[in-house]
Amino acid sequence: MKYADEFRDREKAATLILEIDRLAATIEIAKTRPINIMEVCGGHTHSIFRYGLEGMLPGAIELVHGPGCPVCVLPMGRVDDCVSIAERSEVIFATFGDAMRVPGSKKSLQQAKAGGADVRMVYSPLDALALARKNPGREVVFFGLGFETTMPSTALTVLQAEADGVENFSVFCNHITIVPTMKAILDSPELNLDGFLGPGHVSMVIGAAPYQFIADVYKRPMVIAGFEPLDVLQSIWMVLKQIKEGRAEIENQYARVAPAAGNAAALNAVGKVYELREFFEWRGLGSIDHSGVKMRDEYARFDAERKFAIPNVKIADPKSCQCGDVLKGVIKPWQCRVFGAACTPETPLGALMVSSEGACAAYYQYGGVRRHASNEATQRLATAS
Amino acid sequence: MNMHPIPPPRALGRVFVPMVTLAHGGGGKAMKDLIDDVFISAFANAAPQTLEDQARFDLAGLAAHGDRLAFTTDSFVVDPLFFPGGDIGKLAVCGTINDLAVGGAKPLYLSCAVVIEEGTEVELLRRIAQSMAYAAREAGVAIVTGDTKVVQRGACDKIFITTTGIGVIAPGVDLGVDRVRPGDGILVNGLLGDHGAAILCARGDLALETAIESDCAALHGLIAALLRAAPGARCIRDATRGGLATVLNEIADASGVSIEIEEALTPLREEVRGFCEILGLDPLYLANEGKIVIAVPRDEIAAALAALGAHPLGEGSALIGYAGCGEPGRVTMQTVFGGRRIVDMLVGEQLPRIC
Repeated sequence: MKYADEFRDREKAATLILEIDRLAATIEIAKTRPINIMEVCGGHTHSIFRYGLEGMLPGAIELVHGPGCPVCVLPMGRVDDCVSIAERSEVIFATFGDAMRVPGSKKSLQQAKAGGADVRMVYSPLDALALARKNPGREVVFFGLGFETTMPSTALTVLQAEADGVENFSVFCNHITIVPTMKAILDSPELNLDGFLGPGHVSMVIGAAPYQFIADVYKRPMVIAGFEPLDVLQSIWMVLKQIKEGRAEIENQYARVAPAAGNAAALNAVGKVYELREFFEWRGLGSIDHSGVKMRDEYARFDAERKFAIPNVKIADPKSCQCGDVLKGVIKPWQCRVFGAACTPETPLGALMVSSEGACAAYYQYGGVRRHASNEATQRLATAS
Repeated sequence: MNMHPIPPPRALGRVFVPMVTLAHGGGGKAMKDLIDDVFISAFANAAPQTLEDQARFDLAGLAAHGDRLAFTTDSFVVDPLFFPGGDIGKLAVCGTINDLAVGGAKPLYLSCAVVIEEGTEVELLRRIAQSMAYAAREAGVAIVTGDTKVVQRGACDKIFITTTGIGVIAPGVDLGVDRVRPGDGILVNGLLGDHGAAILCARGDLALETAIESDCAALHGLIAALLRAAPGARCIRDATRGGLATVLNEIADASGVSIEIEEALTPLREEVRGFCEILGLDPLYLANEGKIVIAVPRDEIAAALAALGAHPLGEGSALIGYAGCGEPGRVTMQTVFGGRRIVDMLVGEQLPRIC
């Protein structure tokens, strides 16, 4: 496969691993503890497990799986709101596939569908708009979900609906924005992160400038990274190089896709349709200021939140759940008290067990083979299965 | 005077309306006409024309094929009914033949029960029945008994088919999912994931155009050739729903062995790889309808591969890994990149990722 296999080359990987090993050995902090690097984006988490990268890296490097899986950080109350919209008889509720299984306080969208709600899986918001055109007698609601990566496509779909005069289409907007959340993590008193792999697809839209405070204020290096395994390894090497040289900069490994200035057309559409919310609730992390967007008043008629009476009930995360600590990198997934026991992919308690990009589900499913050999997760997995 | 003269062949009923209605399920003439027109005329063999409620077999005739009966059943629901490389009828025949064949049985007889939604076009049913008849004829298997039911609109999706099969296992053939031992080779008979990808594409809501066809095929001929070449084969499983990954987990679990496969050796079509990349799906979990996973002792690997490769349905056969003495039930994969990952059972259905 062209443009993919080149980035999965085994020999280049071996060379890079060797270089990473050498570089890590010269870094001062690695003498007392592992160097903690957070990959912010769920796509990176997926690649890391899919290709078994953790097992290839030297023990001096610890990867911390960050909050960048939009499905995972969706709070239960918002899922309940989705279900309540989807269960209205006039509604066709259109959603991306992986949001179907996220548990609400009573049920998931998949369970609502089984109970008779008209929930359809789509691959793009434009598919949802097409559904609205095809079903003029029904209200089609698209579940707008994701970071800046998916925001432009929903915004453009709303603009399209407006231009075409499609009135039976609306968006239940749960779009979130990564920068305030990274700031919240950096402000966390338990912080022990030495550097970041930046979200490649988000950066493709917003560019590199919004991250500058990470280098300037918090003095942490960040490398905007691609999603192929060689991208991830090279980015780790680049972070280490910065640490070694005492630099804290925002570098871009993924320049072939993510231009430093971002995508002006996409940002323009986003700015037209959305504005920042005062705060937004994140599963595991709680309320974070300015971390979500809502639709501007001009587009109120395409806003499902205003079109339908939504219960908007806040549901606290289960007490036993330690998703927040995992998201902040304070503990590893298997150190959570319910991992593999009360919380499994079949019966996820915490959001990180839901999506394959969630750190816990990824550990459970793909497993850090190296770590499985020696730690308690092995036992817990054995008793759980 | 002969008290039981042989009756002349019965004239088959015909259906002259375009659509099935509840009247065709009522047990009267309309139903008989539908069964005659659609199924009996397609399956054309002596047995159904006796109009008995059951097919009858001569035990001695069955025993001539071996010393054990194999008996299996499977229901088929697929959307869309017709897809590149097959249709629900072909699937219903091949699927049950394969369920017999992977146990080492020679498939002989099938039953066919259909649930039809009212409003389904009769012509559609004829096409499906003819496809079943063709697949059965090709496979040398007879469809000898059946049933139809018609349900109200919305109670089923056009047509559901259940086929049940009987086959006979030859003496000495002893395949079992619990018989795999460390050191055994794990083989597959060709490119994986074609069926799953073809069905997803055929649904049309992905707006992806591919030339991927379902691999739907009856594999008893291939399996017979394999067993002749590798009589010590431990286990054969068809990698249908849940794909290769699920079957490997079942084998590892039942046999109490670990299994390690190599991503680089696992045969995948370029189009299927690309398809999975775009949608964020894992091809190891995609369904197959003409692919089997085989475990053979080390000294029979070469013979097994040669026999598979010589058969038209074994093109692209490969040794993909070995059973080992690691953690029992654990399936791992050496990735193309040099890392190692666990290949677990899928929890629910595979859902595309959003970004």
